[in-house]
Amino acid sequence: MSYKRKDLLGMIDLSSEEITYLLDTAQTFCEINERDVKKVPTLKGRTVINLFFEPSTRTRTSFEIAGKRLSADTVNFSASSSSTTKGETLIDTVKNMEYMHSDVFVVRHAYSGSVKFISENTDASVINAGDGLNEHPTQALLDLLTIRQHKGDIKGLEIAIIGDITHSRVARSDIWAMKKLGANVRLFGPPTMLPKYIEPFGCRKCATMEEAVEGADVVMMLRVQRERQGKLLLPSTREYAKFFGLTNQKLNLAKEDAIVMHPGPINRGVELMSNVADCSRSVILPQVSNGVAVRMAALYLLGLKKGGQSENTAEKL
Amino acid sequence: MPSKEIMNKDEMSRTLNRIVYQIVEDVKDAKEICLVGIRRGGAHLANRLNEIFKNEGYTNIQVGYLDITLYRDDLTTIAEYPVLHGTEINFNIAGRHIVLVDDVMFTGRTTRAAMDALIDLGRPEKISMAVLIDRGHRELPVQPDFVGKVVPTSMDELIEVSLEEQAGSDSVAIHKKP
Repeated sequence: MSYKRKDLLGMIDLSSEEITYLLDTAQTFCEINERDVKKVPTLKGRTVINLFFEPSTRTRTSFEIAGKRLSADTVNFSASSSSTTKGETLIDTVKNMEYMHSDVFVVRHAYSGSVKFISENTDASVINAGDGLNEHPTQALLDLLTIRQHKGDIKGLEIAIIGDITHSRVARSDIWAMKKLGANVRLFGPPTMLPKYIEPFGCRKCATMEEAVEGADVVMMLRVQRERQGKLLLPSTREYAKFFGLTNQKLNLAKEDAIVMHPGPINRGVELMSNVADCSRSVILPQVSNGVAVRMAALYLLGLKKGGQSENTAEKL
Repeated sequence: MPSKEIMNKDEMSRTLNRIVYQIVEDVKDAKEICLVGIRRGGAHLANRLNEIFKNEGYTNIQVGYLDITLYRDDLTTIAEYPVLHGTEINFNIAGRHIVLVDDVMFTGRTTRAAMDALIDLGRPEKISMAVLIDRGHRELPVQPDFVGKVVPTSMDELIEVSLEEQAGSDSVAIHKKP
């Protein structure tokens, strides 16, 4: 099995074999991140451009570190300080970057589908680092890798995703990928933050927090995304914390060896109580470490494709 | 595809034994060496050599495995993506005498990559190289220190090392490329 696509746009298109291959590759990169010298020469001379049209610290830093550990040249671009503010169109920006002979674009944009649109208009490889409400595939991969490291196999696991499902691209990518790998996913959140039509996800909708957490192997809390909510969907954060926040007491309903996950940044005391975020069952920081490995795997599998003499040189070793 | 067996199970076992004796003879303190097999064939051979060392009374030799894929100089030119098997060296190599182990030495490019990969993990006191088969055609100035068998080949021939761990039986064969 291998990964033959030009881009990594979303989990919805991938087969379970492709997802497993990406995870296996990422697992081998974990070891490099634990060395004294955290660098391999694999992508020497390749240029990776981080095109972030939306604020980000974790994902952008993670991609930048991943690129640097593979010896690629990484360039960061943020929309606020660029010609986008002068009115340049998205594709013009991308085309200009492409003609500086870049190999990979890592793109985050506030509009769903914009990353796919970019990938259709460039020969460079494109990695989706989050597009609107649509997908955030590397987050799903790092979540799966973390679950796999703690639980062995994804198949048959009971996974609860709790919070703002409607506005979460992380939830979407996670749901598509988890279903493909055979997990049972349950969703819970305020009615204003749950999709009206839940059937396409193939998940169970829970009526109470207790129902969602009970017997779960994995409890994934989502961030309340104030920036993505057009109008105020919450009366108050205190009310949210009371009905939808994860406390130790509620977590005790889950399996004894259940793990707690969160894609970050955490709103402490809102969706996740501080003592839960810092408890021994929390794998939030290991998720961040795995993020670098997953992004190294994605850059490795996409970054080498282009350039070089690939087609006409025969196989050698 | 015409092929010829050039080493059978017994011969391979004798050859591996001889390599161990050579290492013991040449290295001042053979207790202190570490074996590092290059994935995948070399990794199995490193385990075999370690077994022989154990029978000779060297019971505490550390063994590691090196995946050199990320260090290859031909990654952009090979058609298929190589599967990564991961490096597994659970000891500090700084100041140690490392004996790299591989099944076949050919252009020397794998050895170059392996040396780079090792040095990224620390600064060994010395790196030596042990191979089962040396088939010539070097493209880089590297030579093995311990050789099982020198096999003169032409460029259109392939050396196939089968090991029990992977192929179910031990043998070395030489094929003409179709």
